[in-house]
Amino acid sequence: MSFKIASSPHQHSQRSTSQLMRLVVLACIPGIAVQAVLFGYGVLIQLLLAVITAWLSEALVLMLRRKAVFIRLKDNSAMLTAVLLAVAIPPYAPWWIIVIGTAFAIIMVKQLYGGLGNNLFNPAMAAYVLLLVSFPLQMTQWLPPLSLQSVTLTPLDAVCSIFTQYSCSGFSLAQLQANVDGVTMATPLDTLRTGLSRGLTLDESLQNPVFFAFAGAGWLWVNLAYLVGGLVLIQQKAIGWRIPVAVLASLFVLSAVASLAAPDSIAGPMFHLFSGGTMLAAFFIATDPVSASTTNKGRLIYGALIGLLVFLIRSFGGYPDAYAFAVLLANMTVPLIDYYTRPRTYGHRQRSELK
Amino acid sequence: MSQFKELTIQGLWKNNPGLVQLLGLCPLLAVTATVTNALGLGVATLLVLVGSNVTVSLVRNHVASEIRIPVFVLIIASLVTVVQLLMNAYTFGLYQSLGIFIPLIVTNCAIIGRAEAFASKNAPLPSALDGFMMGLGFMLVLLVLGAMRELLGQGTLFDGADLLLGDWAKMLRIEVFAVDSHFLLAMLPPGAFLGMGLLIALKNVIDNKLKQKQTIEKGSIARARVTGAAQ
Repeated sequence: MSFKIASSPHQHSQRSTSQLMRLVVLACIPGIAVQAVLFGYGVLIQLLLAVITAWLSEALVLMLRRKAVFIRLKDNSAMLTAVLLAVAIPPYAPWWIIVIGTAFAIIMVKQLYGGLGNNLFNPAMAAYVLLLVSFPLQMTQWLPPLSLQSVTLTPLDAVCSIFTQYSCSGFSLAQLQANVDGVTMATPLDTLRTGLSRGLTLDESLQNPVFFAFAGAGWLWVNLAYLVGGLVLIQQKAIGWRIPVAVLASLFVLSAVASLAAPDSIAGPMFHLFSGGTMLAAFFIATDPVSASTTNKGRLIYGALIGLLVFLIRSFGGYPDAYAFAVLLANMTVPLIDYYTRPRTYGHRQRSELK
Repeated sequence: MSQFKELTIQGLWKNNPGLVQLLGLCPLLAVTATVTNALGLGVATLLVLVGSNVTVSLVRNHVASEIRIPVFVLIIASLVTVVQLLMNAYTFGLYQSLGIFIPLIVTNCAIIGRAEAFASKNAPLPSALDGFMMGLGFMLVLLVLGAMRELLGQGTLFDGADLLLGDWAKMLRIEVFAVDSHFLLAMLPPGAFLGMGLLIALKNVIDNKLKQKQTIEKGSIARARVTGAAQ
């Protein structure tokens, strides 16, 4: 038995930033795979475009800032940002959407603030909001799951429609969005919002074929896959449990109470938990170590705030899904949360106890 | 002559109301979605600034200093009213597209700032020049920002210039590239903030470069070791 003598800190992470980021990217794989199988291969092409753009723009800024390029590219953080943005945008959005978004995320949101560790906002989500605000049409062209599509898309079709807006056999995205009966279909959250705004009750809105069981067709499985990936991250101690649990719990409680109070106009908790980007955001986006709160109590507050904002925006706001806005708004409150939740230092008493 | 040069440099670069003093940001950010709007508001501000500087300078010895601010505001407000009525009469389209931002020139801090800081202490002629240069500096920033945003936003330059300059100006419209979907962010307020930040950064970069150049030229004596105090 050997007695090691080392200076503090005595407890330190065995993982480097690069390994951590790679682990998070790897944990996205189940979700990405399910997305590719159920919604077509577009997401894989978007991933490729996003990662290439992210590396190029990161290298460009690093060269302008006269920093070592390869060491910083190797930390994989640009790749993670690119992956998170690529899975968040519609899989058949035109190629320049993801290129503009990723370049904005890396150059403006991350590097202009001083690079990894200094950005105030989550780069992927800030870029998502930029795209959603700037290109509302392209950013809402989600295709229904493959089982509901009238035309089957091959991988080559995916390439064609991303680069030319038409599939190789000449279908436009609007045509692809339509089901066999020629009715355009959007995401479950969007369909629900449209139904409710047309005066239908919740049950009537849920009659649409894009819904399945208690959530949207396809989306249920995507969310389950990201849930699995997220649980692996927690088990590997890559992320803490506090933020995801707080996000999901606050969303669950709020939607449960509200749907009991107004069963005809507010979707239930299970629908909220397994629709849109809930699991992706709770486990992969809100837990970004740079822009999230850093204290234990603060993380609970931060997560709960995201859950609250998501519920409010989804139920009463102008956009069908709300993660990007919720995360950015919560990012803004992080300095305040951190200030008021500073933990007690060992050996010091709380100010209130001193009195 | 040296005062003329000094005022020009101050107004256009060193003390630019838009980039350095950061005054009048509200109209600067709000109306620069196109070059035409920027030019319209820039000219209007320029006129008001010259007029108010001259008037304030003329009355500077007759107004008690306790009530000078209300008097300045009154002078600026009447000039803005004149400009507003003129624009209503001769450039009606632009008058409508600028909307509330023409009356809001009254609250542009750059104008009252110059009245207080310069015109109330100087003779009419230098004051007029100061107003002109400050107004020109402000207008140039508006124009550059407007050009950036219009180019990014819809790929054109001088779109709708006929609203300001008359029918012949329709030929000024340059379509740099055609886009199917406008880049809305560039035309919305966040785009203005981002563009403004980039412009200020650019100015700082240029200033730093100039400074470096100057120090290199000055410190031509090569020393092996330079202490801070010796410089």
